[in-house]
Amino acid sequence: MALLSKKDSKLILDPLADNNPITIQVLGICSALAITAQLKASIVMAVSVIFVLGIGNVVISLMRNIIPSKIRIIVQLVVVAALVIIVDQILKAFAYSLSKELSVFIGLIITNCIIMGRFEAFALGNGPWRSFLDGVGNAAGYGLILIIVGFFRELLGSGTLLGFKVLGDPISKTGLYAIGYENNGFMLLSPMALIVIGLIIWVQRSRNKELIEE
Amino acid sequence: MGLKQNLHKLKEKYKGTKMAPAFNALHTFLYTPNETTHSGSHVRSADDLKRTMNTVIMALIPCLIFGIFNAGYQHYAAIDHTLRLDPLGNFFTWDNFILGAWTVLPLVIVSYVVGLGVEFIFAIIKGHEVEEGYLVTGMLVPLIVPIDIPLWMLTVAVIFGVVIGKEVFGGTGMNILNPALTIRAFLFFAYPTWMSGDKVWVHGAKAMAGQPDAISGETILGSLAQNHEPIYSVWDMFWGFIPGSVGETSTFLILLGGLFLIFTKIGSWRIMLSAVLGALAMGLIFNGVVDAGWIKEGSSFYGLMSETYWHHLIIGGLAFGIVYMATDPVTASQTNKGKWIYGFLIGFISVLIRVFNPAYPEGVMLAILLMNVFAPTIDHYVVQGNIKKRMKRLKAKTA
Repeated sequence: MALLSKKDSKLILDPLADNNPITIQVLGICSALAITAQLKASIVMAVSVIFVLGIGNVVISLMRNIIPSKIRIIVQLVVVAALVIIVDQILKAFAYSLSKELSVFIGLIITNCIIMGRFEAFALGNGPWRSFLDGVGNAAGYGLILIIVGFFRELLGSGTLLGFKVLGDPISKTGLYAIGYENNGFMLLSPMALIVIGLIIWVQRSRNKELIEE
Repeated sequence: MGLKQNLHKLKEKYKGTKMAPAFNALHTFLYTPNETTHSGSHVRSADDLKRTMNTVIMALIPCLIFGIFNAGYQHYAAIDHTLRLDPLGNFFTWDNFILGAWTVLPLVIVSYVVGLGVEFIFAIIKGHEVEEGYLVTGMLVPLIVPIDIPLWMLTVAVIFGVVIGKEVFGGTGMNILNPALTIRAFLFFAYPTWMSGDKVWVHGAKAMAGQPDAISGETILGSLAQNHEPIYSVWDMFWGFIPGSVGETSTFLILLGGLFLIFTKIGSWRIMLSAVLGALAMGLIFNGVVDAGWIKEGSSFYGLMSETYWHHLIIGGLAFGIVYMATDPVTASQTNKGKWIYGFLIGFISVLIRVFNPAYPEGVMLAILLMNVFAPTIDHYVVQGNIKKRMKRLKAKTA
């Protein structure tokens, strides 16, 4: 598959694992703790951030030579804000209940450190195509962790996946609930998201010893 | 040839292999080792760590035995209320013992098997000796959970507590939070319906709920939080003939255990005393607020606030927490002045949480966990203060 050169595919694949924004750079933790109680919300958040960061990186990259460096942060904020409002409006139009559930956190994508981080670190110094790949890659790395955390939190906390009762019905006592299983309420609280992310970091670093910091 | 020689042979045979730590642990658990502790915060003692642990366990045994009888007694007394007229006469019976042992011993066994299992696995993976830290935790855990907690929940919680509470920080002596309380806090937040309310403290209450012969076992804190007058006398509370977590009901035996720990110099009397003072202080403040008429009888806090201040020491798990958990040498403050502050705040905050947060009727767990987090900060300022004072003295001398 020669769609992407080796260097370009590295831009996409690196943030998924060895340079993951959440588990390695420890950025974007706040939203990862706040909205991962349900898998659906995690997926929507992941897609939104992929959209915002992918497009945003391209826009910033195109403007990189005309932005005065003194006011670049404000310019970046305007770009993100515009994109976030688009996402927000689309969600409100087509998935109102979900947008309610995510409430303020879609708006808070603006403050997601990963986005400003990629603008500053990559888009300001690279061409639009590579910036696009970098944006999508980093957002996907962020989204991947969100989805893993959301999967475990919803499965163990509510006994459902995307709203489907995969473990049985807790009220009529079917499936696992028939033999005394109960949902773990702790999983629905944010501290548990932090612990799950910690466990992911642990697993990742014991598989790849090079990632362990001094 | 005795067991000791056999064990020794096994130990020699497996020396240097992956399984070696497991055999060493078994060997030193059963027989006195000829070395002292050389790592962790227990290093200051001239004893081996296992001796320290065994002393605490000895102090806990009376609570365990009492808990076994009490489990049976509470069950039968909830069915036949006349038993409560003569608690002492109806307490130490075979019926109580058999039912209690049948319900309590599985908790003890699960706690030890699972906890030590995790410790063994970690020791083998990391290639160090098995750490003794779980010996006390394993005994504390069954004593601080409700009697009917399902065993699989206990298993999950113990794995969580030992791995997240202890092993990720580097094992025994390195943990920030008390592992036994981490386990209880996990259960509390994960399965609240099994950890609080009026249906979990007496064996069978949850299973029989909704049936005509349903039994209720509200704890004293539970009924006070609802502004009900508890049905137990002060002496019942002191001797421990009341529903509650398995081993924490008898203030009398906890007091004995505490004196034993102070006498053997394992537990810190500073922490115990200051925690008691803290709880009394907060209780007095609340009594004062009620006497001043700021809180009216209709208020939802009235029941707990108007409770005579020293009753807080004999109801709920406060005494148990102060004696056996606040004094945990790893997670408590290390400096003497720090211990006073640490203990006082534990007692103070326990009663505060108890009164103001109806969702967490037992505040001592959260208070100790909170102060565990602050213990290093307290120590830091005590040490810095000391350095400053000495610097000043030095300057005055040399000037």
